[in-house]
Amino acid sequence: MTAYLKLDHIDKSFTRGAQVSEVLKDIRLTIDKGEFVSIIGHSGCGKSTLLNLIAGLTKVSAGAVLLEDKEVDSPGPERAVVFQNHSLLPWLTVYENINLAVSKVFGRSKSKAERHDWIMRNLDLVQMAHAKDKRPAEISGGMKQRVGIARALAMEPKILLLDEPFGALDALTRAHLQDAVMDIHSRLGSTTIMITHDVDEAVLLSDRIVMMTNGPAATIGEVLPVPLARPRRRVELSSDRTFLRCREAVLKFLYERHRFVEAAE
Amino acid sequence: MSIQTIEDTKVKAFPAKPAEVIAFTAKARRRFDPLAIAGKLASALVPPIIVIALMLVVWQIACSSPTSSLPPPTQVWNEAYDLIAHPFFDNGPQDIGLAWRVLISLQRVAIGFGLAAVVGVALGALVGQSIWAMRGLDPVFQILRTVPPLAWLPLSLAAFRDSSPSAIFVIFITSIWPIIINTAVGVRNIPEDYRNVSRILRLNQFEFFVKIMVPAAAPYIFTGLRIGIGLSWLAIVAAEMLTGGVGIGFFIWDAWNSSRLPDIIVALAYIGVTGFCLDRLVAAVGAFVTRGTTAK
Repeated sequence: MTAYLKLDHIDKSFTRGAQVSEVLKDIRLTIDKGEFVSIIGHSGCGKSTLLNLIAGLTKVSAGAVLLEDKEVDSPGPERAVVFQNHSLLPWLTVYENINLAVSKVFGRSKSKAERHDWIMRNLDLVQMAHAKDKRPAEISGGMKQRVGIARALAMEPKILLLDEPFGALDALTRAHLQDAVMDIHSRLGSTTIMITHDVDEAVLLSDRIVMMTNGPAATIGEVLPVPLARPRRRVELSSDRTFLRCREAVLKFLYERHRFVEAAE
Repeated sequence: MSIQTIEDTKVKAFPAKPAEVIAFTAKARRRFDPLAIAGKLASALVPPIIVIALMLVVWQIACSSPTSSLPPPTQVWNEAYDLIAHPFFDNGPQDIGLAWRVLISLQRVAIGFGLAAVVGVALGALVGQSIWAMRGLDPVFQILRTVPPLAWLPLSLAAFRDSSPSAIFVIFITSIWPIIINTAVGVRNIPEDYRNVSRILRLNQFEFFVKIMVPAAAPYIFTGLRIGIGLSWLAIVAAEMLTGGVGIGFFIWDAWNSSRLPDIIVALAYIGVTGFCLDRLVAAVGAFVTRGTTAK
């Protein structure tokens, strides 16, 4: 069986004038359909760059991103991104924001009534149907992020890309949204890649955790499978042996073997 | 590294229905309060009325002497009473009320400014989007925008061979620069995230322009439009003085040539009030269109 998503020897460097800075080097990873993979690493290690490469928002310098054996070289709705700062358009209501995506992706294949049902179904999925006529400025940060997730899901993507989706939220709201994402993942079986710097979040949500070494020329240091049965409940897991072992493994990787040295501090 | 996230008890997700809103009591709900409205009106109107009255008094005293070269307010009122009291009279081709003249000038402004708005937003979008268009066009714009409106007039008279299109061209060329420059700044400031959203959705150039660029740059565009309408009103009066015809600008020139100073003063008041209304109109349209856009 060939892999669903394959990152094939990817290098990425940015050129500014004569100065070439190597960000990612020799990234190799395969992801199966329906898998939930987290990418974790210290800030500046290029994990967001990696996500942008998969999204097609940035071009690889060498190697290739292959989705179902087809090379990815431009962004598209089959690789929907949930951005860290939600990126909802502030002049549109919640409904209109999702409608923008739905009418673009399904404008030809679905009738108007079907599109409306589809929008409402995705809003229901993130429990935001009650706020459909609100503008982004009128809802809380967690709600905005829910709408951002609904917008991405409404594109019916082959891969859902989450770029530190809960980074800007408080701990309690974050826990709500993690549960919502787990729930959606178990219902839809969507292949998901999530960037995070939260160890607990990575262990709780992922099937596998990809740990990045520090930049420059960062690469995948280790891939940790998380053999926890689903559905997972955060309270029970807090004392679960496997959970704690996985957590320890990630912490050891991040803080012992690849300790982050901030040059500016 | 916090561990509180796993210690949280599982909290129920957002309720499907928001909490009921409890209505205010009848007393608080009563909207129409004549006293409060009168108070607000008084605080808004009384200070300017006092200032205007004081200015009139000073003007009256300053211009009362028989040797004074300018007429005092009482003389303006007596000699230009027809113009003040009957803005819409119509006694033949060159003898019409000031409101008609203002409307004719406004019509020219509408055409010239309308063209400038369309062309200006399009050019501004181009300059804001494309680094090469900016490098090529920006220096040209920066030089041309400093040319005073009336300096264009001889050239446009030569080109159009008629006064009315020349006046419209002067309006156009005067008001287009702030529209272009502000639109370009607005487009350049569109957050990268919105561009990424449009790239992921594969919006084409036209969809991006209509659905992302114009709404995102709308606050800037309306700033440009507001400056532009002010400039065009300034330019039309000056242009009409030179081109003749029936506009408010020509009326002033005509009154000067026949030494009717009170008429000029009344015309100035008309011009000022109209310019003020134009500015407020564009500002109001802008506030309506951009509601919600500026909030993050």
